[in-house]
Amino acid sequence: MSALLEVKDLVVRFYTQEGTVYAVNGVSFDLEEGETLGIVGESGSGKSVSCLALMGLIPSPPGKVESGTVVFEGRDLLTLKPDQMRLIRGKEIAMIFQDPMTSLNPVLTIGTQITESLKLHEGMNTTQSRKRAADLLDLVGIPDAYRRLDDYPHQFSGGMRQRVMIAMGLSCNPKLLIADEPTTALDVTIQAQIIELVKQLKDEFNMAMIWITHDLGVVAGIADRIQVMYGGRIMESGSSHEVFRDSRHPYTVGLLGSLPRLDSSGEEKLTQIEGSPPDMRNEPVGCPFAPRCDVREQLQLEKCWEERPPLETVPDASGAEAHIMSCWSDIREGVAENV
Amino acid sequence: MSSPAMVADQRKTHDGDDYILEVTNLKKHFPISSGIVFQRQVGAVRAVDGISFNVIRGETLGLVGESGCGKSTTGRTILQLYRPTEGSVKFEGQELSTMAGSDLRQMRRRMQIIFQDPFASLNPRMTVGSIVSEPLQIHKMYNNKQERQQYVEQLMERVGLNPYFINRYPHEFSGGQRQRIGIARALALQPSFIVADEPISALDVSIQAQVVNLMEELQEELGLTYLFIAHDLSMVRHICDRVAVMYLGKIVELGPVDEVYDNPQHPYTQALLSAVPVPDPVVEDDRQRIIIAGDLPNPSNPPTGCNFNTRCPVVFDLCYQEPDPPLIEVRPDHYVSCHRVT
Repeated sequence: MSALLEVKDLVVRFYTQEGTVYAVNGVSFDLEEGETLGIVGESGSGKSVSCLALMGLIPSPPGKVESGTVVFEGRDLLTLKPDQMRLIRGKEIAMIFQDPMTSLNPVLTIGTQITESLKLHEGMNTTQSRKRAADLLDLVGIPDAYRRLDDYPHQFSGGMRQRVMIAMGLSCNPKLLIADEPTTALDVTIQAQIIELVKQLKDEFNMAMIWITHDLGVVAGIADRIQVMYGGRIMESGSSHEVFRDSRHPYTVGLLGSLPRLDSSGEEKLTQIEGSPPDMRNEPVGCPFAPRCDVREQLQLEKCWEERPPLETVPDASGAEAHIMSCWSDIREGVAENV
Repeated sequence: MSSPAMVADQRKTHDGDDYILEVTNLKKHFPISSGIVFQRQVGAVRAVDGISFNVIRGETLGLVGESGCGKSTTGRTILQLYRPTEGSVKFEGQELSTMAGSDLRQMRRRMQIIFQDPFASLNPRMTVGSIVSEPLQIHKMYNNKQERQQYVEQLMERVGLNPYFINRYPHEFSGGQRQRIGIARALALQPSFIVADEPISALDVSIQAQVVNLMEELQEELGLTYLFIAHDLSMVRHICDRVAVMYLGKIVELGPVDEVYDNPQHPYTQALLSAVPVPDPVVEDDRQRIIIAGDLPNPSNPPTGCNFNTRCPVVFDLCYQEPDPPLIEVRPDHYVSCHRVT
């Protein structure tokens, strides 16, 4: 299978009154057809900005994509003109946002909002597009779909609004669906409903998906591959099994250690990562995680402050090179010393 | 429905226990009015609708449920930040619901709250020093200015803030640090009981563990009792001794945390727990999810019969006819309110 999407050395900065924000500092990844990639990171890690960049949705000014390429089916999206990009956005690549409250237009009916892209991309007329919209609402589990086309967003609950967003995202059979924290604003029981729905639809539509989240638990169940981001950089990436079960980067290890588990009684204290996430207004030098990294402290690695560690492929447990990480030390001590 | 019997039961089982807080049949209904000039009440949002529980001195009781289930309202009604519509709240043996004025203010020294949003709950125009010392001034403690400053610096150090920052403003701090300021403020009057209303929900994942560890240390050191309101069920299992699960203004299940998590009896608790994702793909692959359909009903118009009957996967006739049964003890200290269990 060839890669559907190839992102290389993406750099995004925002030039604000308070100085330059170094939001994304060299991010590269690719995505196969039909694959689900989970991008995990805290607020300010650059996970959303990198996906907005590949959709051409960075507000400019103040934002600017400084360098990099985003090749989608052989075309570099970053070089496309706005009207060419408009033909791809919503049709080939669709996006679901975190807050269904603010990403739906409150003064337009749901029907108008879903049919908009059907008319634009598929050239449907009103009758056809309304029929298709009703089918889509039915598909995402909204009862009495045809009648509800004339309802406004405030007449739906949070979970139902997110279903409407999903219906909109799917309307033109996209090849890639980007879901930016789609369940963060929802309660757990509703979150479970939405995750089940997306899983099922993903198979039905055979799309690739990028699922952005700060909740490591959510992606464990849906992603084929996980990419952990911090300070605008990729820290570690690998199959979901690898990243969770055989974490190699000190940040991933720390993050997993700081999470209490539902399935075990937590008597022991949580291991905490000291300090706080980096201020993205400082120009990144070295590894962004260096100030909080206990491995760096133990090994007294000076390099971490001075030089940015490259993203390198490391062999996994079985020797296959499926695990990528960006760190000067391999926390599996033995490996680091033997090399 | 009101369950004095249950409370009596609990007292029996916990004969030796020292209750810091006793809540009996607590209700808080918010009126819905209509009309512009002549307002009249047309209904009520039954945010908290008859709940009873006790909090044992020194424990952490978790209060969990989805948004809109009334867990925050419960916390605030206990502290009399909202006055209860009905029912009784006894704190250290004294009835709070009928107390007012300076008597109530005196009680507030011993019970404090930490809020969810560290951005909204700190006055942006006050320095950290004045935020933390305001309760001291109100309650006329440490009247000597120097002593007061010294005490505030001590508190800041205790919660992991550099006392050097005493004259800084909230916007100069990160979310985690702001939550520490909120904790220092809550501790200033040396309370014995703290309502923590989603204290970590607004924080980054890597910061949550810091704040939780701090709260645990403080509890051990100062013998605090927490009512920990949260929707993060994994964190509740970690920090709490007992947990109460709320649904639409009522407690549906209450018990020791490991007992409830390993052996949930109420269909809502079962669904809620099964919906929480676990950060481990191997575990996730094997998990059986109970997906409950639909949304939380409108609390101003709850369903007749059991509150959960609109979404319950094991609903039967009785659930539509009879209101939810009182909490009954299914195992030692484990209480459930469900027709299936009765």
